[in-house]
Amino acid sequence: MKPDSSNSDETPGWFDRKENVQKVLTGLFIGCGLLVLIDVIFWITGFDKHPYFRWEQWPGFYAVYGFVACVLLVLVSKYILRPLVMRDENYYEEKEKRDQMKGGSDDV
Amino acid sequence: MFEAIPPAAIYLLGALLIPFLKGRTRQVFALAIPLLGLLNYTAITEGVHWTVSLLDFELILGRADRWSMIYLNIFTVLSFIGILYIINDNKALDLSAGLLYAGSAMGVVMAGDLLTLFFFWEMLTLGAVLCILARKTKDAGKAAYRYLLVHVFGGVILLAGILIHLAGGGSVAFDKIELSGLGAWLIFLGFGINCAWPLVGSWLTDTYPEASIGGVIFMATYTTKTAVYVLARTFPGEDTLLWIGMAMATIPIFYAVIENDLRRVLAYSLINQVGFMVVGVGLGTAMSLNGTAAHAYCHILYKALLFMSIGSVIYRTGKSKATELGGLYRSMPWTCVFCCIGAASISAFPFFSGFVSKSMIMSAAAGMGTWQTTLIWAALLFASAGVFHHAGIKIPFFAFFSHDSGIRCKEAPLNQLIAMGIAAFLCVFVGTFPKMFLYPMLPNSEVSYEPYTVGHVTDQYALLLFSALAFTLLMRAGLYPAEIRSTNVDADYLYRRSGPFLYRIFDKVLNGAIRLASVLFIGVIAKNVCNFFESGASRLACWVLTPVWVMQGADGKQIEDNRQAFFRIARKGAIPIGLTAFCAVVMLGLLSLIFLLEK
Repeated sequence: MKPDSSNSDETPGWFDRKENVQKVLTGLFIGCGLLVLIDVIFWITGFDKHPYFRWEQWPGFYAVYGFVACVLLVLVSKYILRPLVMRDENYYEEKEKRDQMKGGSDDV
Repeated sequence: MFEAIPPAAIYLLGALLIPFLKGRTRQVFALAIPLLGLLNYTAITEGVHWTVSLLDFELILGRADRWSMIYLNIFTVLSFIGILYIINDNKALDLSAGLLYAGSAMGVVMAGDLLTLFFFWEMLTLGAVLCILARKTKDAGKAAYRYLLVHVFGGVILLAGILIHLAGGGSVAFDKIELSGLGAWLIFLGFGINCAWPLVGSWLTDTYPEASIGGVIFMATYTTKTAVYVLARTFPGEDTLLWIGMAMATIPIFYAVIENDLRRVLAYSLINQVGFMVVGVGLGTAMSLNGTAAHAYCHILYKALLFMSIGSVIYRTGKSKATELGGLYRSMPWTCVFCCIGAASISAFPFFSGFVSKSMIMSAAAGMGTWQTTLIWAALLFASAGVFHHAGIKIPFFAFFSHDSGIRCKEAPLNQLIAMGIAAFLCVFVGTFPKMFLYPMLPNSEVSYEPYTVGHVTDQYALLLFSALAFTLLMRAGLYPAEIRSTNVDADYLYRRSGPFLYRIFDKVLNGAIRLASVLFIGVIAKNVCNFFESGASRLACWVLTPVWVMQGADGKQIEDNRQAFFRIARKGAIPIGLTAFCAVVMLGLLSLIFLLEK
């Protein structure tokens, strides 16, 4: 293990550049937009998605469901579950010191 | 063609021999065992093999049918990947534990009767405990002990269930069991403990993150999946399983969102995925049971892949917490790619393995048409979005991207990369061509399923991309829960923190009882018994003699003197012979009287 933070002279990685992260995010936004557009086209043209439930045919059902589910998941975890269950890291017993942990080997 | 032998025998024998070998020989031998297992697998034909008579029972070590063979297939494949992953360290304990564990799991799936099943079921626990101990840290030692306690308890429940089931006239055959009566319920619960059901399953998230980096691959593969297999064989279509599965699929993902240790996040998502399989068993239709088997198959591959990638990170950096990692994509690019493939598979992206198996269970649930199954379908859909969120994004993001932790390390060792590469290849291959490889192996061959319809693919992408969108927006808005070094209590609280409480109870109740017993037995009873044997006879004689002395006109002081004199004589054994003879005669008379009365 060589935790070396003095590597300012190395070239930043692809994902460390703001403009590249922005590219990824733009791709995500475009993808989301396209999927909703496809759903709307399916709805207008009456393309049969062979749904089990009628609401699966509604445009954007899965998009909204996925988005709302994740926002709910995070907010409930953060504001309800965490205050209930979070304890100190050594709540059950004093953990071993980090440097005693197995790992951090560089040999192949 | 050669004759196949019980797969468990190959692995258990291998596990026993490993410690006697050294160096390169041990490495070659350890890798040869799973290869031999694969070869042996191809030689097993459908039908019942290897029966042994024990007492009145016919033990069946090999029931090969479509149900067991698909599990045997993936168990064998995974044993090779797992052994390959740990082969560079060449540690006898790790290798033996992995082989023992794999062999036991194969013993369970090939078992044709409940007694054989129980035998291998207990061996599984031994394998798992060794896998945890292989980490060789104090925390691992404690975790292994907790694991052992929970699973011995589960084993006893299962054994009690089997015995009550047999005593009640139940068959020893390992087949469908009606869930009625104490025996069946205990068997059900015994299986459920290994399946990590809510309230009885927190051993999983408690102990898996403490295991060795190789051991956890075997643990993530064998224990819960054998439990799913035995549930599918014994209790298919049991409604209770629907709700249990739903709880398993949904509750752990909330925990996963706020968990800091990445291997514990994987443990939560493991329970979440097993929840899908349990729902499949609960639905009990041909398609849902196929879905369960298929999902177990795919899940083993991508879960092992995810654990391997985080394992390699631990191997190189010694860290597994989100707070301490990040930015590793530059140091470990291959590991990062493999982790992303595992993440895409567990999230069920089209063309990755999870997509072709999970959707079978979802479709089976949707197709039932009752309000209960519709509710469960909606919950599973929620869990599908959630699993992408907490496992699919969180694991690669915090380990390999996120902020740069400053850690610069080497890429994972070659053997680990090959092991991950094989698993990653299978994830993509099975996901892209399910009909070439996976679907023909499924138990109910009469059902056909088509995962790749236009609607299904676009819907799945919409669900996943919008989950990613939610993650991004919450991150940007600062609403995503910060990773905090912490412990989140679960039902394991019951056995981990109840210690002091139980101690007080036992102190008061048990020690109280001991004190009472001490006073009663030693202080009162023993003392009096001693007194009786020491001077009882003389006292008795004195009581008889006192009226005689009184009649002779003796007063209080004289009587006391007489008593003391009598005691002295008695203690010395100097009682006149005439008196002794008289007593003996009286005794004989009494005995005769008793004898007569008895007649």
